[in-house]
Amino acid sequence: MQPNDPILKLRDVQVHFPVKTGVFKRVTGHVRAVDGVDLDVRRGEVLGLVGESGCGKTTLGKAILQLVRATQGTVTYSGEDGETELTSLDDAGLFRFRKRLQIVFQDPHSSLNPAFTIFGSLEDPLRHYGVKTREERRKIVGDLLEAVNMRRESMDRYPHEFSGGQRQRIGIARALSIEPELIVCDEAVSALDVSIQAQVLQLLMELKREKNLTYVFITHDLSVTEYLCDRIAVMYLGKIVELCDAEDLYANTLHPYSQALLSAIPVADLDKKSRRIVLQGDVPSPVNPPSGCPFHPRCRYVVDRCKTEVPELRRFKSAKGEHMAACHLIDQPLAEQPLRTESP
Amino acid sequence: MTDANATRPRTRRDAQFDKIRDREAALAGTRQHTARFMSKFLNNRLAVVGFVIFAVICLMSLFAPLIAQHDPMSPNLRAIAKPPSAEHWFGTDKTGRDVFARVLYGGRVSILVGLGSALLSAIIGVIIGVYSGYVGGWLDWIAMRISEIFMSFPQIILVLLLVAILGQSLLNLIVIFTLTGWGGIYRMARARMLSIREEEYVQALRSFGLGPARIAYKHMLPNALGPIMVNITLSTAAFILQEAGLSFLGLGVPLSIPTWGNILNAAQDLRVLEQNWWIWLPVGATISLFVLSVNFIGDGLRDATDPSQQG
Amino acid sequence: MANEVALTVNGLKTYIYTNNRCNRALDGVSFEIRQGKTLCIVGESGCGKSVTADSIMQLLPTLSRIEDGEITYHGPDGPVRIDQLPRDGAKMRAIRGKEIAMIFQDPMTALNPVYSIGFQIKEMLKYHTGLGRSDRHSKAIDLLRSMGIPLPEKRVNEYPHLYSGGMRQRAMIAIAMSCNPRILIADEPTTALDVTIQAQIFELMDTLKRDHGTAIMLITHDMGVVAELADDVAVMYMGNIVEAGPVGKVLRNPVHPYTRALLESIPVLGRGKDQEIKAIPGQTPDPYNRPKGCQFADRCAYRIGACDQMPDETQVAPDHRVTCWRYEEFAADAAE
Ligand SMILES: Nc1ncnc2c1ncn2[C@@H]1O[C@H](COP(=O)(O)OP(=O)(O)O)[C@@H](O)[C@H]1O
Ligand SMILES: Nc1ncnc2c1ncn2[C@@H]1O[C@H](COP(=O)(O)OP(=O)(O)O)[C@@H](O)[C@H]1O
Ligand code: SF4
Ligand SMILES: [Mg+2]
Ligand SMILES: [Mg+2]
Repeated sequence: MQPNDPILKLRDVQVHFPVKTGVFKRVTGHVRAVDGVDLDVRRGEVLGLVGESGCGKTTLGKAILQLVRATQGTVTYSGEDGETELTSLDDAGLFRFRKRLQIVFQDPHSSLNPAFTIFGSLEDPLRHYGVKTREERRKIVGDLLEAVNMRRESMDRYPHEFSGGQRQRIGIARALSIEPELIVCDEAVSALDVSIQAQVLQLLMELKREKNLTYVFITHDLSVTEYLCDRIAVMYLGKIVELCDAEDLYANTLHPYSQALLSAIPVADLDKKSRRIVLQGDVPSPVNPPSGCPFHPRCRYVVDRCKTEVPELRRFKSAKGEHMAACHLIDQPLAEQPLRTESP
Repeated sequence: MTDANATRPRTRRDAQFDKIRDREAALAGTRQHTARFMSKFLNNRLAVVGFVIFAVICLMSLFAPLIAQHDPMSPNLRAIAKPPSAEHWFGTDKTGRDVFARVLYGGRVSILVGLGSALLSAIIGVIIGVYSGYVGGWLDWIAMRISEIFMSFPQIILVLLLVAILGQSLLNLIVIFTLTGWGGIYRMARARMLSIREEEYVQALRSFGLGPARIAYKHMLPNALGPIMVNITLSTAAFILQEAGLSFLGLGVPLSIPTWGNILNAAQDLRVLEQNWWIWLPVGATISLFVLSVNFIGDGLRDATDPSQQG
Repeated sequence: MANEVALTVNGLKTYIYTNNRCNRALDGVSFEIRQGKTLCIVGESGCGKSVTADSIMQLLPTLSRIEDGEITYHGPDGPVRIDQLPRDGAKMRAIRGKEIAMIFQDPMTALNPVYSIGFQIKEMLKYHTGLGRSDRHSKAIDLLRSMGIPLPEKRVNEYPHLYSGGMRQRAMIAIAMSCNPRILIADEPTTALDVTIQAQIFELMDTLKRDHGTAIMLITHDMGVVAELADDVAVMYMGNIVEAGPVGKVLRNPVHPYTRALLESIPVLGRGKDQEIKAIPGQTPDPYNRPKGCQFADRCAYRIGACDQMPDETQVAPDHRVTCWRYEEFAADAAE
């Protein structure tokens, strides 16, 4: 088990939700929330998953944890005991692996059970994983709270007594409670005020160092991913359109969508103002995705081929290791790409 | 005071605002938890009053043998349809039975029927609704269809049917009410579950691999308890009224057993209604008072469990 | 016409009286909005940004009151004291929409779901202008087209739920702009939208400012938005403006500890993985239990005894002011 070995391998993962209409709830189509994702998560890395709302980030995160089951494709976990295909296991079989994969949610208000004290919420998973005595559980929960910079005594209070940032930290403590190897952070800081967001980001980084964690960090905020992530996957309409080293994404953006996304981010630095690339129109519906390249109706470089042929996620050489992108027009690796010449 | 309000006429609300503002200014820095708690509690006066009335009626019925001086069943031919007196506080009915004793003993049956059926239907409704609401799928579908059958059938016909099959008895009445009543609580519990199911803490529990029964009953149910309690109180009241109604129609508990409904039965006679007010008025008032008090408690519970009211 | 002051707010105090408590949501706020300029009001949630906007529009909750201060609208017919107008009087209604328009964070709650978008635009035109029926219809289509809504002839008759989030916000702006208001107040107009849609809305607002000379007051919690759009910026914290001035001065040389802390707490795109971010310790105080003096004192590294009293507003330059006892020491440290 080397640090950079994949901990998770996703192969052609699809999650399609049926759309039911009418009185008889007939299935009239499918929401292609995740539509064929190939991805390796490496042990010890922070992998950013970015994209606009509705592009399938949350669904992909849940599919990793088997909270929604993939309708096609495989998720394979590899650990000390070799490789296991999680997608083929049933609930009982998954039990052993649940302990290794955890999730932190976005909404600090709905992520804790209002009817229980913090201890009440956190103790049940512990009991489930064999911590028998109450004393032991209290000690563990206390330690966890201290690990996320909160006081031990907080465990006997109710969620409504805490602020958003504190609740988010409790959510992190809960995810840590069974000592997972990988944590999916689904917009874990998006609902927080910026000053609190920084506290939580720093906490996440400290914990990662201490406990040797792997994160899949889902967010729509590309400034946060740049700071936090080692690699970044950009999603559009259920597909990964670009996947590369974090620095490479900013220095050498290949996919036209990533370019537009990056240029649209307001930068809090007056000296770094760049020209916005304004995309026309909205993200198409995932029920009827466009033919060919899903991005073609909004792409400013679109050629005929884009409308009919689905671009593969292809590998390009780069200074920082591999750089994957799904676009027909990036044909000369690292040479003059039509994409980087600014159009008027 | 300030020129912002100079041209705007001062209203009562302004005076109220001034009072609040000045009080806060005076208390700045200090905390005043207890005062706030008391005021919140007192705001719920009705619920407290309701609870007191409820407790008094329940206790008096429970201890009826100690309180009542007369046997509620044995007629006294020397005192037929007598108005209230020191001997018979609520007077006597047409066969000379003490109305006060009958109201007390009647309470035992009526409250048992009301509370008993409400609790039973709640237990059934909650057990089915919570689980099927959380798990969904075919189980949910079947439970939903069954409850729809019970609920779309006109209730009175169902009652008539069941009475015809099962006959008249106390137990049968409870069975009938439970059968017709569980659907409402089931649907409410299920609906609550459907919305709680999407909360992130439930997802978190699932990600720990906890079983569905544990998540549904231990973690989700407490969050649905508020409306369920309210529903129990409301259906208690409804069942008591229904028992009175059914007994009034001669479909409820056998006439020989005193229940509030059976006592009220006497008022079917127009002469009694006009001339012997003591036969029906006290029991009518007791029923109203009891139902009202239960409703007050229900409202109080609803407020108390409303998250926006939590401090 | 540019730089002409369109609205002045002076010493505004708005208190909210829900739950039998008094929340001093705004405690002495002053600023001005100029024609053809964008003023950004920036601050964390609960600092009073929306209450500021609602005070100007007189759209405050019932249990609230403007305690003190002036809001003056400098209209074509001379100044109007908005704070003295009855909340729903004819005069206020005439200003609202025609002279000062507002767009909200959530366009779905601001649009009426049972009327078509076109109907809602035409309603505004009917109320505030003398246009005839067919003129109103063509004006509505023109407005939608100018907001970049595709197929406006067809879309004009559609209902809000058929619009996507970004289109709804554009329709909101179309309604807001229908009477050519002199001031546009935008309360976090893009917080609920994706960045690529946000970019579209910002492009639109820049055009309005340039072509119509509209004075814009843009409320946001995002320093990035401030850097992109603002001409002037006012930083709010717990009901006070702690620092205000031209965006270049405030972002490059902040003189209030809070402004600086805010700027340092966010990762900035393009600064790479090694950038340092500094969290602000603690959390914003309970609005019902505010500190007596400087509201930021509990979290401030520069706090001294004097900070238990409310500092006064000080001009560090004719167009740059700060509310802090120790801004001089702070500015000196920051310069190093
Ligand atoms: N349980 C579900 N049933 C049907 N559609 C769903 C469900 N969950 C998500 N979707 C749809 O799948 C798409 C992707 O959603 P999501 O993964 O939540 O996106 P993101 O997290 O990137 O915003 C959206 O169009 C959403 O409406
Ligand atoms: N309708 C309302 N009822 C009660 N309190 C309110 C209301 N609107 C705002 N407040 C309070 O006023 C303060 C300022 O809120 P607001 O202006 O909405 O903040 P923001 O800067 O996030 O827009 C907060 O303490 C908030 O709780
Ligand atoms: S007044 Fe004091 S506490 Fe407030 S910001 Fe300035 S130095 Fe800090
Ligand atoms: Mg999501
Ligand atoms: Mg707001």
